[in-house]
Amino acid sequence: MLIPRRPSWTISHSEVTPERVFLNRRKFMAGLALGTAGLCAPLGLSAAFRPADLKELEYTPAPAFSTDEDKTPFEDVVRYNNFYEFGTAKDDPARYAHEMSVDPWSVQVDGECDRPGTYALEDLLKPHALEERVYRLRCVEAWSMVIPWIGVPLADMLKRFEPNSRAKYVYFETLHDPDQMRGQRSLFSTVDWPYREGLRMDEAMNELSFFTVGLYGKTLPNQNGAPFRLVVPWKYGFKSIKSIVRIRFQEEQPATTWEMIAPQEYGFYANVNPEVDHPRWSQKRERRLPSGLLSPNWVETQKFNGYGEQVAHLYKGMDLRQNY
Amino acid sequence: MAAGLLGPDPGQELTQALGLAALQLLIATLCMTPMQRWTGWVGWVRIRRMLGLCAFFYACLHVLSFLQFMVGWQDLWATFTTRPYIIAGSVAFLVLIPLSLTSTRGMMRRLGPNWKRLHRLAYLSVVAAWVHFVWQARSDIGEMLVYGLLIAVLLWFRWRWNGWRGLLPLTASNSRANSDRVG
Repeated sequence: MLIPRRPSWTISHSEVTPERVFLNRRKFMAGLALGTAGLCAPLGLSAAFRPADLKELEYTPAPAFSTDEDKTPFEDVVRYNNFYEFGTAKDDPARYAHEMSVDPWSVQVDGECDRPGTYALEDLLKPHALEERVYRLRCVEAWSMVIPWIGVPLADMLKRFEPNSRAKYVYFETLHDPDQMRGQRSLFSTVDWPYREGLRMDEAMNELSFFTVGLYGKTLPNQNGAPFRLVVPWKYGFKSIKSIVRIRFQEEQPATTWEMIAPQEYGFYANVNPEVDHPRWSQKRERRLPSGLLSPNWVETQKFNGYGEQVAHLYKGMDLRQNY
Repeated sequence: MAAGLLGPDPGQELTQALGLAALQLLIATLCMTPMQRWTGWVGWVRIRRMLGLCAFFYACLHVLSFLQFMVGWQDLWATFTTRPYIIAGSVAFLVLIPLSLTSTRGMMRRLGPNWKRLHRLAYLSVVAAWVHFVWQARSDIGEMLVYGLLIAVLLWFRWRWNGWRGLLPLTASNSRANSDRVG
């Protein structure tokens, strides 16, 4: 036969991938992935937010108050935020928070204390050495991050105002300035501005409560609560109030923002608790960010966000289903 | 790549985007009959089926995305029985199934006037989808109000053309059989 019959599985030489190309393919794909990531990352980070504007801080690490779990990358910590003063979408704060000016910044301190007054942030910080603590941050929406914060133990800061024996609670307020905070101009918001939070005095004085001025070695980006915020790591994230302008010591339990909006969903205590579901979200597990589509990063939620050893005694005898 | 475009929590973003797309497509589907009435062009109603099926397709992806990325296929029973906004969403989704299955010409012919009665379930679906959406609002309901207003206007037309029976699914046709056919 002149025409050879080739078996059906035969492939022609022209279809064979040359070895050089075959070997390069992996390199090429890796390059493509990197290049795409490089193109996308700046799209994710808002043009308005320039990390270069942040100032370097001097601090010492506090390993006793840190975890060695994988940290959430800086770019995710600064572009995925709940800060309704700038909008309700997760990327709104990174896009619009630069409209707030944080320098100079002062805070009004009043109520049941011997040293009330209006303090400039620099004067508040001067007597203190900054430390770095790596804390887990658990949002009530069932996602979480691990963030290296820089700041001062809240107890050390509050003691300087010399709270008196009638100070059972401490109340905090976020800046209310619709000119600088576009979310506060929204006609359909159900938030009664300013954003309010509070802690029982013993919670505020707990060694974990942190008066925070930075993250990842630099000052706080505005979307993360510049120039200073609380970090209360055993409670849901919304307790860690941002951009504070007012601190008040008082005898009565303060009304707090999320409790005011939906008291059946958000309580004053808001301790992280996998045993008590939020009406909308199961609290048994969380998505530790970054969490990929194909590699979801589920983590079992721990009671008190894993800080039970340090804080469980604060709630002895309390029913945490009632006091959620 | 997905992490770059959708942020550090892409499952959440994707689920939300698919759900919103399904709602928008449902609303677009309900716009077709009024558009035909105003313009007289029958093409509007011809693309109605395609829009409706697209809405169903996005709703399917939304449900799958929710189960895969938000629930991780765990505690399914609790998810679908204890959370009111999920129940509303399930109603919106479930009634779209018979509508999609009966969207063929053959089924239209076979069902006759019952087809129209059955397909008024689309109104229930869009309202349930909107409730599902609003129920998740944490504080700002501006966007939801825009969609709510659109839905209200679209249902108001049906009410004006055919009365209450023009809104209720599965009820007998009223005497104005002509207007019922195009409603």
